[in-house]
Amino acid sequence: MEKRVTFKGIWLPLLLVLPQLVITAVFFFYPAGQAVYQSLFIPDPFGLSMQWVGLGNFEYLLGNAYYRASFVTTAIFSIAVTVVSMGVALYLAVLADRLIKGSGVYRTLLIWPYAVAPAVAGVLWLFMFNTRVGVITWYLGVLGYDWNHVLNGEEAMGLVVVASAWGRISYNFLFFLAGLQAIPRSVIEAAAIDGARFWTRFRTIVWPLLSPTTFFLLVVNIVYAFFETFGVIHTITGGGPQQATTILVYKVFSDGFVSQDLGSSAAQSVILLVIVGALTILQFKYIERRVHY
Amino acid sequence: MMIRNTIVVSGLAAMVSAAPAFAQTEVEFWHAFTGRLGELVAKQVETFNESQSDYVVKATHKGNYSETLNAGIAAFRAGEQPDILMVFEVGTATMMAAKGAIKPVYEVMADAGADFNPDDFIGSVKGYYTTNDGQMLSLPFNSSTPVLWVNRDALSAADIDPDVDLSTWENVGGVLDKLKASGNACPLVTAWQSWIHLENLSAYHNVPFATKANGFGGLDTELALNGPVQVKHIQTMGDWAKDGKFIYAGRRNESGANFRSGECALFTESSAGYAGIKDEATFDFDVRPLPYWSDVEGAPQNTIIGGASLWVMAGQSDEEYKGVATFLNFLSSPEIQAKWHQDTGYLPITQAAADLTREQGFYEKNPGTDVAVTQMTTNAPTENSKGLRLGSFDQIRGIIDEELEAVWAGDKDAQTALDSAKKRGDELLRRFEQANR
Repeated sequence: MEKRVTFKGIWLPLLLVLPQLVITAVFFFYPAGQAVYQSLFIPDPFGLSMQWVGLGNFEYLLGNAYYRASFVTTAIFSIAVTVVSMGVALYLAVLADRLIKGSGVYRTLLIWPYAVAPAVAGVLWLFMFNTRVGVITWYLGVLGYDWNHVLNGEEAMGLVVVASAWGRISYNFLFFLAGLQAIPRSVIEAAAIDGARFWTRFRTIVWPLLSPTTFFLLVVNIVYAFFETFGVIHTITGGGPQQATTILVYKVFSDGFVSQDLGSSAAQSVILLVIVGALTILQFKYIERRVHY
Repeated sequence: MMIRNTIVVSGLAAMVSAAPAFAQTEVEFWHAFTGRLGELVAKQVETFNESQSDYVVKATHKGNYSETLNAGIAAFRAGEQPDILMVFEVGTATMMAAKGAIKPVYEVMADAGADFNPDDFIGSVKGYYTTNDGQMLSLPFNSSTPVLWVNRDALSAADIDPDVDLSTWENVGGVLDKLKASGNACPLVTAWQSWIHLENLSAYHNVPFATKANGFGGLDTELALNGPVQVKHIQTMGDWAKDGKFIYAGRRNESGANFRSGECALFTESSAGYAGIKDEATFDFDVRPLPYWSDVEGAPQNTIIGGASLWVMAGQSDEEYKGVATFLNFLSSPEIQAKWHQDTGYLPITQAAADLTREQGFYEKNPGTDVAVTQMTTNAPTENSKGLRLGSFDQIRGIIDEELEAVWAGDKDAQTALDSAKKRGDELLRRFEQANR
């Protein structure tokens, strides 16, 4: 028999969830509603006048080749950041999990980059890869490679991906390590006695049992790549060269706060809202099915 | 009856608050300066506050140029705007279009009965911030103009006379050839490529950057930066980039580090780069006027400015506006201006300040510091060289940067890139026109 606590009336439970409802309404529904409302107008920056344009802002955006290209850029960027940060973190976690001595030191050291703010991380990487005075650029030059991310779009993309993924590896590492340590030793030992090698054990036991963690990290990392990498891009490339690193969120910023085009900026926020909503639904509908809890 | 009482009471209140003996009127001033410049602004404000007892100016730093403008806009929307807001030159069109949000400086001065003569100001400095019929909208505060910085030691090392004539781009091309041939890895760098190599290039050669008198004539302006003069210049720079004679280091003034470290021979940068270069350079340097193409008729005209001006926001009391007028007049007085000009390398905004600086012997002690002043003042500005007034200009500069980078990388030729910049920039201008109709 399942034990259940039930409330007699409706008022007490309502009162208990009220704070959450109020917070959601004030900080999420109200701004989102404002964004939808504003996306239908072209306002002047000072709020002196507003012109109703209906879906004109969306038409303007979707008719713009650079905006459409920004979807592809965002997809490439998000996938790359997620794969790099999760892949490296998993590798490090598996290694740290096998350590018997000194794993505490490794863990502590590996967590440090997470404490570095994205904008600061951006500046650090920018210093190392500065096209004229960067240390790594200099070594690459010695090896005969001319690094110039201010002109080369692929190098710029690589640099912002690495800088964005770097701080994130720590976070993912923590979760993967905790996930690995939660896997019962006895199962793994039994498999080892049956003659399963490391790789077979990893594929058939560890990976499936780790899937809830992996799924959680996948969702969180994609949201991170979409929304929180702004600081890195702003400091390293400013969206360039030739918009090679202008992801959707960065364009919302530059249209809204550099150009004061609030109508276009609001319309882009609405599009982003739809995309992220759709992505999350997709992830829960299709990927979560393959997750073993 | 009720209403009449209210009017009487508020009338009394106004009379009380207008009486100067009771309290000093506070004037709020938001600016974008930190570091040395921030200290100098604080000093100016302090001097003003000590010089009289009717008004107190409160200066607040609100972040960089873009952040200060955004803070001003947000504050206006909340009804909490400052009296004076510092806005960078590319935000001029945004401020001008916001008719209900600002009070033009000429009006502030006239209403306050202040002694104010717009003819005292240097034409090419104030021109950026005045209407077509000569009314000053905002007070120029810090203005600079691009010049050519020369590393004399680098020229000597390449067996070139350090006093070689660099007044034209043709001559510069020849010098770059020699520098490259002698193994110099960084013959030419630039800061602020759009500002120097397109906006100023256009003004200097008296060709339009945008239609409708560079946007002064109306919001329906279109970019005209893909004309033959601009294409020729950008194509030449692109060819230099391909041959390793022009090194591109970034959109802002990243290249300054390369020049100051002695790595680069020639550097096109703002005249306000003076303080930094003087501070750090361990080589012999000098300042030359910005080069021009000798085959373009009317060149050299005059260059245009960059920097910021002070806008007076709408919706304040008359008493505060009087304080604003007094403070702005104080800022433009010859002594304060001359000191500002000498301390910062920014241009003086009045002829009197320039003359005073000359009398004080500053130009003799610091050779080259007057190059920018001469370059700005030799010719009376034309429609093409008065300045630029384009909406969304910060973002248009971003587009121009992208297209220029395509030329430097060899992905596009100059004509294609500038045509594309025009097309993309015009779209933003139409958005701005629509928003401010």
